[in-house]
Amino acid sequence: MNYLSTLFPAYAEMFLLIMVSLVLVVDVSLPKHTRTLTYLLVQLSLLGCSLITVATHTMGVAHLFNNMFVDDLMSDVLKLLTYLSVSMMLVYSRSYLMARGLFTGEFLALVLFATLGMMVMISASNFVTLYIGLEILALSLYAMVALQRDSAVATESAMKYFILGAMASGFLLYGMSMIYGATGSLDIQAISASIAGGTAKVNLLVFGLAFLVAGLAFKLGAVPFHMWVPDVYHGAPTAMTMFIGTAPKLAAFAFVMRILVEAMQPMMVHWAGMLMVLAVLSMAVGNITAIAQTNLKRMFAYSTIAHMGFMLVGILSGSLEGYGSAMFYAVVYVLMSLGGFAMIMLLSREGFEADNLSDFKGLNQRSPWLAFMMMLLMFSMAGVPPTVGFYAKFSVLNAAVQAGHIPLVIMAVLFSLIGAFYYLRIVKMMYFDAPESHEKIYIQPDSTLLISINGLAVLGLGILPGALMNVCAASVQQSLLLP
Amino acid sequence: MILGYPLLSVAIWLPIIFGLLVLATGNDRNAPLARLIALVGAVLGLLVTLPLYTGFDRMTSAMQFVELKDWITHFNIHYNLGIDGISMLFILLNSFFTLIVVVAGWVVIEKRVAQYMAAFLIMSGLINGVFAALDAMLFYVFWEAMLIPMFLIIGVWGGPNRVYAALKFFLYTLLGSLLMLVAFLYLYLHSGGSFSILDYHQLRIPLDAQILIFIAFFFAFAVKVPMFPVHTWLPDAHVEAPTGGSVVLAAIMLKVGAYGFIRFSMPIAPDASHALSGVMIALSLIAVVYIGLVALTQSDMKKLVAYSSISHMGFVTLGFFIFNAYGMEGALLQMISHGFVAGALFLCIGVMYDRVHSRQIVDYGGVVNTMPKFAAFFMLFAMANSGLPGTSGFVGEFLVIMGAVKVNFWYGFAAASTLVFGAAYTLWMYKRVIFGAVANDHVKHMHDLSSREFMVMAVLAISVLLMGLYPLPLGEIMHASVNDLLVHLNTSKI
Repeated sequence: MNYLSTLFPAYAEMFLLIMVSLVLVVDVSLPKHTRTLTYLLVQLSLLGCSLITVATHTMGVAHLFNNMFVDDLMSDVLKLLTYLSVSMMLVYSRSYLMARGLFTGEFLALVLFATLGMMVMISASNFVTLYIGLEILALSLYAMVALQRDSAVATESAMKYFILGAMASGFLLYGMSMIYGATGSLDIQAISASIAGGTAKVNLLVFGLAFLVAGLAFKLGAVPFHMWVPDVYHGAPTAMTMFIGTAPKLAAFAFVMRILVEAMQPMMVHWAGMLMVLAVLSMAVGNITAIAQTNLKRMFAYSTIAHMGFMLVGILSGSLEGYGSAMFYAVVYVLMSLGGFAMIMLLSREGFEADNLSDFKGLNQRSPWLAFMMMLLMFSMAGVPPTVGFYAKFSVLNAAVQAGHIPLVIMAVLFSLIGAFYYLRIVKMMYFDAPESHEKIYIQPDSTLLISINGLAVLGLGILPGALMNVCAASVQQSLLLP
Repeated sequence: MILGYPLLSVAIWLPIIFGLLVLATGNDRNAPLARLIALVGAVLGLLVTLPLYTGFDRMTSAMQFVELKDWITHFNIHYNLGIDGISMLFILLNSFFTLIVVVAGWVVIEKRVAQYMAAFLIMSGLINGVFAALDAMLFYVFWEAMLIPMFLIIGVWGGPNRVYAALKFFLYTLLGSLLMLVAFLYLYLHSGGSFSILDYHQLRIPLDAQILIFIAFFFAFAVKVPMFPVHTWLPDAHVEAPTGGSVVLAAIMLKVGAYGFIRFSMPIAPDASHALSGVMIALSLIAVVYIGLVALTQSDMKKLVAYSSISHMGFVTLGFFIFNAYGMEGALLQMISHGFVAGALFLCIGVMYDRVHSRQIVDYGGVVNTMPKFAAFFMLFAMANSGLPGTSGFVGEFLVIMGAVKVNFWYGFAAASTLVFGAAYTLWMYKRVIFGAVANDHVKHMHDLSSREFMVMAVLAISVLLMGLYPLPLGEIMHASVNDLLVHLNTSKI
């Protein structure tokens, strides 16, 4: 067996890297006015990646490159969902970006680079790999936000994103170096073994852990490290906001799992407390501040903060049930947020952003079907059955009750009630208010189809959520049964 | 599963499928088609529930027509349906009123007809689901899902202040529901991983936990009933809702809360029910007496009937928490009777509103001169609302008062005051609206009932009289289940 064939678990990453290079080369030689070929090539790369990921899937856990890289069920599932989410984002945002002259080869290449970064993060089994993946993702995102360079708001938010992101990376690196000092390794399994064996210096570990958690909280956008989220969400072109708000959350979930759970499970008493503070603050600040927003993108930003708080509740429960529910939550959140941002882009036209709440007034009279889809998405975000958002909240709460965090559960419930208000307000505007403009809504057929599938999936998964739940539970279980 | 098909599933999903079909007819150009499909759906929806009555075994308190399938295996949640003598009646009541609402909204609703009819049909299926669910999560899903169509009904077709009312309605109920969810999660853990309601009935729970569970359920169900301190959403919702919405709210939605008490609170936490019965009785009596007095001062007819509903529902909760057979059966009869009577009264107000576009009592007077047939029907329903013997209103109230007197004379005394107040506010309103000289030009130009309206009124009038004169069949159906419930209540589960 030659060396290359032993690398099969990483074929998807290699394939993508080749494809990005190809995209860059091909794009230069294409005429300026159309990017259709590049676009198709990008979609094809994502499709190819998913086929490879499925084909190289094994039931076992494979380690590669001296334990730097891991391929398990969780990584495969999260990667597949990442491809899906990136591909959906491209379909939704194509005409929006074209109308603004942002649909360029650079954008498409950056999307693929960011995807590669996420894949590396998801499959990382060493702090160095994690960090490399994170930086590939983050640098691509900074550039994407800045792509609209004649817009002062976008440039400002790119700057903000970059500075705060760099600071968070600094925190993470500092934390990682502390952990290295305490355990003598950057390898996740070795760290875990060293902590469990009692050879690590606990003071140093806790010190490093605090920095790691702060860095993670920055990346997730948990309060009090959330300041960048509303500004970046608001300032970036909606397509970029959608990208930042969706697939990277899956990678961030993997990131949290690898660092906190796989490497530092024995330190749970310490990190669970930190996460609890973050979770409660995020749910409180996110839900309450979202009420005061008049800009839909800002509102989604605060709602993201609240959702991340909810996801943290699942993780801090510290059980298989809890991790599984957090993963389910992350997946469901990505599905809902894709639909939510898509709706803003679909209602936008050339030179007009439909990102104010009032732009949704009377949508039911202008387009009943779109209004119905948006209603499903909003009820799902609010966690009302029979939509899938309810099961996401339900499974997280169930895990928290099992872990005995009753006051936390009561708080989570009360904050979701507050959250329900601002989602309902959108439904109210769409159904109860008169439209402010009667302009015809024109949408590409592929986007119409996709938003219908997206909305109906929220309902369909709500009626039959069992399969997805089982997949999440199984993924988490396998990645935790490591020696 | 008599007749070879899953009756309960059909009763739930058939209206929902028809609702989606109606929705598919699109905008108001196709309104006649939407109405027709809705009518067919409502009639079929009623017909498929009839075998539940004819095939029902009156001798047993066990669940009948049971369906059991796996649903979400990860949490051991099942698609588990079944009915006993209590829930069966409400499924029939619900399917019946869906038909009434579709007919009543036939010409009155002019904008977004398809969405209006679809919302009612879908809601009807979901409410059947609430009454038939034997799995706590299935119950919860139906329970929450039915809020969505009601929210839209109030908000889209309601009166001037509809947005406020719709949001208030939704958030009030959501708060209660979320606490109920926490209680379910506790029970799920405590029972070792089961969501079956019947398993919960057998569960032993320490008293302090029972009290917390009872309180969580109380928030969910008391808001829906609604009981005294959490009733304020109802007058707003009723006043702003379109006629059909008010009818469904009064006839069905309020019963769902009371049903929750007898399906969940009382059998799962019987010791807590006994321990807190004093509070519950006090709240019920406050509802009966105080809200009755509040109703007396209303100038808006819908608000008056809404307050009268709260007062009558106070009777129902009083009947539950005196823990004897008279009270329980009286309360159940009262629930069904109130469904018919309040539903009919809202329809009567709707009939007048369609002609004059006002609900204020002062805008009317002397309606009998222009609408004699209507006045006669209205008279019957007003009498039934004040509990006249021979109408359905009397039977339930009488049994509850009798049960209350057995426990404590003063409970019965306070409850009986409703016969005075109820008659006062209903008949006084009737007098001001119907009798006297013709008040203004609007009233002068009112035309009497159309044949469609006449038919609806006649059906309701016959039901009210039949229940009042011969309530025995209803009693027979619920008897076994009520006895079983009382046994549960009187065994300690600590």
